[in-house]
Amino acid sequence: MSVNKYSDLKNVNDVVISTRIRFARNLREFPFPCRLSDENKRKVSSIVKEAVLDGHSAIAHRFRYIQMSELTQEEAVSLVERHLVSPEFISDRQGRGLLLLDDESVSIMINEEDHVRIQVIGSGMKLDELYDLADKIDTLLDEQLNFAFNEKLGYLTQCPTNIGTGMRASLMLHLPALKESGAMNKISASLSKLGLALRGLYGEGTEPSGAIYQLSNQVTLGITEKEAIKNLRDIACQLVTQERNARETLSHNINVLDSIYRSYGLLLYSRLMSNNECMKLLSNVRFGVEMGLFENIDFDTVNRLIIEIQPATLMKNIGKKLSAQERDHIRAELVRTALIQPKIPASHRIEKQSTENRE
Amino acid sequence: MLCQSCEKKQANTHIKTILNGELKEYDLCSECAKKLGYGSVFGGFGFDLDKLFGSFMDGIAAPKTKKRCQCCGSSFEDIAKSGKVGCAECYDTFYEELLPSVQRIHGRTSHMGKLAHSAGTEVKLKNEIAKCRAELEQAIKAQEFERAAELRDKIIELEKNSAANADKNGKE
Ligand SMILES: [Zn+2]
Ligand SMILES: [Zn+2]
Repeated sequence: MSVNKYSDLKNVNDVVISTRIRFARNLREFPFPCRLSDENKRKVSSIVKEAVLDGHSAIAHRFRYIQMSELTQEEAVSLVERHLVSPEFISDRQGRGLLLLDDESVSIMINEEDHVRIQVIGSGMKLDELYDLADKIDTLLDEQLNFAFNEKLGYLTQCPTNIGTGMRASLMLHLPALKESGAMNKISASLSKLGLALRGLYGEGTEPSGAIYQLSNQVTLGITEKEAIKNLRDIACQLVTQERNARETLSHNINVLDSIYRSYGLLLYSRLMSNNECMKLLSNVRFGVEMGLFENIDFDTVNRLIIEIQPATLMKNIGKKLSAQERDHIRAELVRTALIQPKIPASHRIEKQSTENRE
Repeated sequence: MLCQSCEKKQANTHIKTILNGELKEYDLCSECAKKLGYGSVFGGFGFDLDKLFGSFMDGIAAPKTKKRCQCCGSSFEDIAKSGKVGCAECYDTFYEELLPSVQRIHGRTSHMGKLAHSAGTEVKLKNEIAKCRAELEQAIKAQEFERAAELRDKIIELEKNSAANADKNGKE
């Protein structure tokens, strides 16, 4: 199998893992969260909650409200690991609420840096589709909530870096070949000149574990939402092409092939697997899938595993607190079984495992 | 505080992130932040820019005004120090003072995107015209002349409406 099956830019699942659109909005009548009293935080929270749950939207009944202060630490961290809320949002959970759609594709954060943050997330490259959904939800909420807006500066936000459209669109990309070629620093420096940011995810300070990056627009004032999205897509497509070319170059490199097959071997036979090691190995195996080396594994399986092996999400799915070694053990089992029989959803197996453990 | 990555330079960027199931906070210098992809002055998801934005304001001569926002009580100093604007009205009260920073952050100072429910008809029309003009330019560049002609007609129509609307408001 050759890399050429990915020569088109319509299907970019070999590089783009997921898409996210986020709008920052505030209620006109209340000070921004940094100057909001506890009592007003509760008021904002209940106003937004009512607007969403009792709203005219066709999906209103599919939202559930979560009082952030009532979650366990694992549940809160897992929300971040699943990209449903920001780390900032769980750093202080008092007075904060979350509205979550049943399939977790839409999350509305209340009293984060702004009163309202509407976020829509989906797998693969879906910029237009997700923007349309976020736009619809925003329009419906605006009619009820009267968002703070100024004709010169657009939507008003607590941090001036978000004024204007208040929109942040981002793509999660897997760029193992570009990372291997050592080009990432240069690429991210040149992107920042174009008003885009590229940063490594799942990093331990300096080096990202795995080659997963987030590309997002940075300028929100003086540019329309559609233009910002078009720029993001154009740059992403260029990165996709560069990444594919770099993969082609590496596809006969014996060192690269060796490390991919070794990673697969470790994932198949290990009995203890740390989070950091697992991320690196899964990234390598995804690289192999992208090069057509493992036809029995699909992108969905790897994408799902990347989230399910995260410590807090793992404990949330098992339903109890675990020591680091217990987690490493379950993580190894989870990955091994998912890669041997990729057709059974991994979440299924956790449930089974957890009942076995309780016995 | 020194940067936690290079341990040499002064930290001015505060980052919150999840590492191994736990919330971690880092203070970095702008160069290390840049290396880690928190590079530009603008925040990504979950990146606390406030301090960085605050440092941006340092270069700007502090306005002598002692005025405070009528709504939330913020002074411009409060905003410059924290990098956080207090409320929607602050943007009117301190518009002149904020503009240089806005210009530096975004490179532009006037909104082009979606309009809120509360925006006036005139702004809505003006915005629509600006959007059509930008599309027209694109169409001409791409030599899509039919599309260009359509857009030109639409702009003429919108401008008529805009003028009529201004007249009406003038008389009132
Ligand atoms: Zn540093
Ligand atoms: Zn104010």
